[in-house]
Amino acid sequence: MNKVAYFGVMTALAMIFSYVEVLIPISLGVPGIKLGLANLVIVIMLYKYGWRDAFLLSTVRILLSGFMFGSLSMIIYSFAGGLLSLLIMTILKRDDGYSIIGVSIGGAVFHNIGQLSIAMLMLESYHIIHYLPVLLIAGVVTGFLIGILCKELLKRLSNIL
Amino acid sequence: MIAFSKCVCYDILQKGLENEMTKKDIRLIAGILIVAILMSFWFFFIKKQMQIVVVYVDHEVFGKYSLDENQTIDINDTNQLLIQDWKAKMIHANCPDQVCVHQKEISKSNESIICLPNKVMVTVEGSKESEFDAVTY
Repeated sequence: MNKVAYFGVMTALAMIFSYVEVLIPISLGVPGIKLGLANLVIVIMLYKYGWRDAFLLSTVRILLSGFMFGSLSMIIYSFAGGLLSLLIMTILKRDDGYSIIGVSIGGAVFHNIGQLSIAMLMLESYHIIHYLPVLLIAGVVTGFLIGILCKELLKRLSNIL
Repeated sequence: MIAFSKCVCYDILQKGLENEMTKKDIRLIAGILIVAILMSFWFFFIKKQMQIVVVYVDHEVFGKYSLDENQTIDINDTNQLLIQDWKAKMIHANCPDQVCVHQKEISKSNESIICLPNKVMVTVEGSKESEFDAVTY
């Protein structure tokens, strides 16, 4: 399949997912918990084309959706989370012992850790580290769900993807 | 519709738990959960230790006391404050109305006991920076 067209479709999907995510509220008393639907596309890209393309897709998605639906500070937060998450997912994927579910969980958890670290740097306060336990557990849950979705998608849509 | 989505959820969870996760996945999840639980315990204690009681008399700081040791504080022979089990309570006041004595004991940040006749105010504060009111993204 033409890679440019494929990349375009995936970018559009990732952007729509980051928009749709805003419409699904999850309130656990901590701001910033979301499902991570955009990560679905990134994980599939990582498994199909490798980390280089996943990195490119992630960067393009963050920049575009940040300028369209968010603000500059949101772009910075997204970059911190997205790039750390992709790094961890690439490392976990190299290790054959982890399935796609484990890779997705690692990505989700480190996405939260990255965003929290940047928030601590930008607010110049360590107080928000109290959110970390909740964010870790939320990362495990959302990563698990997204991982299962990825696995099923890769299996069932293998002739399209 | 709800029954259908419940069925799908159950199917997904069962698949994920039974045959599609490796040992390392389980170990990763267990590790993260253990870290989260340990951290929340640690924060719970740190948070308590960080809280102090500040006593103001006539808008000036009379003294600062930690909530973690049980003690009785005499405030200018007019009031007596008791700190016990992470809570502060006014136990004596020489004023006629005794409003502050009947007030609930305080333990959380920004709670306060006020004795108007003697101009005594007791509040619970964090020892370091103040918490944020709101954070925007």
